[in-house]
Amino acid sequence: MKKELIRIENVVKTFGNLKVLDEIDLTIHENEFMTLLGPSGCGKTTLLRIIGGFEMPDSGKIIFNGKDITNVPPNKRPINTVFQKYSLFSHMNVEENIAFGPKISGKSSDYIRDKISYALKLVNLEGYEKHNVTKLSGGQQQRIAIARAIVNEPKVLLLDEPLSALDLKLRRNMRQELVRINRETGITFIFVTHDQEEALSMSDTIVVMNQGYIQQVGTPENVYNEPENAFVADFIGDSNIIDGVIVRDKLVKILGREYDCVDTGFPPESPVDVQIRPEDITLDEPQEDALNGVVTRVVFWGVFYDITVSAGGFEWLIQSIHRREVGEKVSLHLDPENIQIMMKPQSEDEAKLKE
Amino acid sequence: MFRSIKMRNLFLAPFCVWAGIFIFVPLVCIIYYGLTDMSGNFTFDNLAIISHREYYSSLQLSIILALVTTIVCLLLAYPLCLILVDKAKSVGTIIILLFVLPLWMNTLLSTMAWQTIFERDGILNQVLRLLSLPDMTLINTPTAVVIGMIYNYLPYMVLPLYVALSKIDKSIFEAARDLGANSWQTFSKVTLPLSLPGAISGITMVFIPSLTTFAISALLGGSKLLLIGNVIEQEFTVEYDWHLGSALSIILMIFIIINMVITLVFDKSTKEDEN
Repeated sequence: MKKELIRIENVVKTFGNLKVLDEIDLTIHENEFMTLLGPSGCGKTTLLRIIGGFEMPDSGKIIFNGKDITNVPPNKRPINTVFQKYSLFSHMNVEENIAFGPKISGKSSDYIRDKISYALKLVNLEGYEKHNVTKLSGGQQQRIAIARAIVNEPKVLLLDEPLSALDLKLRRNMRQELVRINRETGITFIFVTHDQEEALSMSDTIVVMNQGYIQQVGTPENVYNEPENAFVADFIGDSNIIDGVIVRDKLVKILGREYDCVDTGFPPESPVDVQIRPEDITLDEPQEDALNGVVTRVVFWGVFYDITVSAGGFEWLIQSIHRREVGEKVSLHLDPENIQIMMKPQSEDEAKLKE
Repeated sequence: MFRSIKMRNLFLAPFCVWAGIFIFVPLVCIIYYGLTDMSGNFTFDNLAIISHREYYSSLQLSIILALVTTIVCLLLAYPLCLILVDKAKSVGTIIILLFVLPLWMNTLLSTMAWQTIFERDGILNQVLRLLSLPDMTLINTPTAVVIGMIYNYLPYMVLPLYVALSKIDKSIFEAARDLGANSWQTFSKVTLPLSLPGAISGITMVFIPSLTTFAISALLGGSKLLLIGNVIEQEFTVEYDWHLGSALSIILMIFIIINMVITLVFDKSTKEDEN
């Protein structure tokens, strides 16, 4: 594993009576592309602002390279931010915007000129030095905001939902660009988003947050394939989440039927959440010994169909490239390795997480 | 909005008539009187009168007092607006409303109120005597006139400045901090230039009425302290010399036009930056 860069220790933040962050612990490594993912109000932006120095935690510490920087103001941190609304200086042109940081830190004009052309090259906007920032498109303004931050050679770049204002094509393009810039510069990226697709396609590490708690930290594959709880399973991708009971190791009871699975270590008779991805369910002709149901809804998405099947008293979501007709009788089949077993929340605190 | 150009012109007609009768015709009259003598012959003699000491010094005093008023208004309004934009919107709006309140009152009335405060046996001196402090003679001094003008014209500085400052997105300041600027650098490199258009319209809106005032200076400055506005008024109402009065008005207008050109140039350069 790479070298540790930032350690967040026991950070708590409340706004009035609302606990926005509850004892957050998190480690960020050098040149990592980390995404804070969660629904709005989960505390991800607050955590980012605490790292940037724009908010003070009520308690807890931010350790940067072994030094406590909790009380260091934003202008003294080796961290730069790309703001959601870009926040470019409208009274300055592109060049002046990018030069803002280096000028403040007293760099020579030769150095600044070199840096500007390097930064503009990095974001593919060479020759835009004299352009007026307010005349640029959203995507171009976004790139200038990135150039303006990167030119200061920060150790960490914070990005607060920077792609949310762009249209779909541009957003896809910018995702690749951001990953490339992350690799080329060696800067650690901490990226905040509520878009799970963005998180999955860009990150080295995803931190799933909800209601001020970290739900899971892992690689994109990890959080998608092995969610630790029902919230993560539900938030990332589409899921069927069903109540189940463990019979014994590698055997779970769902909707009155017993299914083979691969999970072990759960005590027998314990209630669990069972997650099955819609693309992991196969449909077949009705069979005597299988879970049978009726198609109630079909939605065409281009690449696949969303098929809703009512079976065993549960509405199953299935994704398939084969069309089915509403009213058609089908049977549902599951592979053992596609059945993900998750512990039910036990305490009240944990139950809250599930909401 | 309007169906045809004809229709639109119809709606414009009253404004054209208004502008013709109340702006264009008086302006022509002033220029005519200012550039002719008693027998109606064209002359520049009336304009040359400004070189006379008494007229020249009134104009000079007017400009100085207008400048002082404008600068004090700016210095009072800027910190106030800076503090208010940081406050919650509702709090800011209420306080701004309080500052704008003098606008709702007649200028003459509020100036007369200042008169009773500044008089030899006025409220100010009564309070000072109560505290066994020496008297202050403010009435009929330039200070009294400046205080009266600041009181009346401060709202014209506060309003455009507050609007300009509250339009700046808060994240702009955070961006400056993020890029290494301390509080002072953030103010001088970001806040100040972004609020410049508001400051410029505030300066114009305070400087011009201060330069042309005659009511405030008549009430608080007495008969000895003659501003250019008072001189013009006297030429028309006491001396009945319309030619001289008009000529002085033309000179005053030239100064106002110079002021507006300067602010326009400033405004243009900031606007060009914005676009």
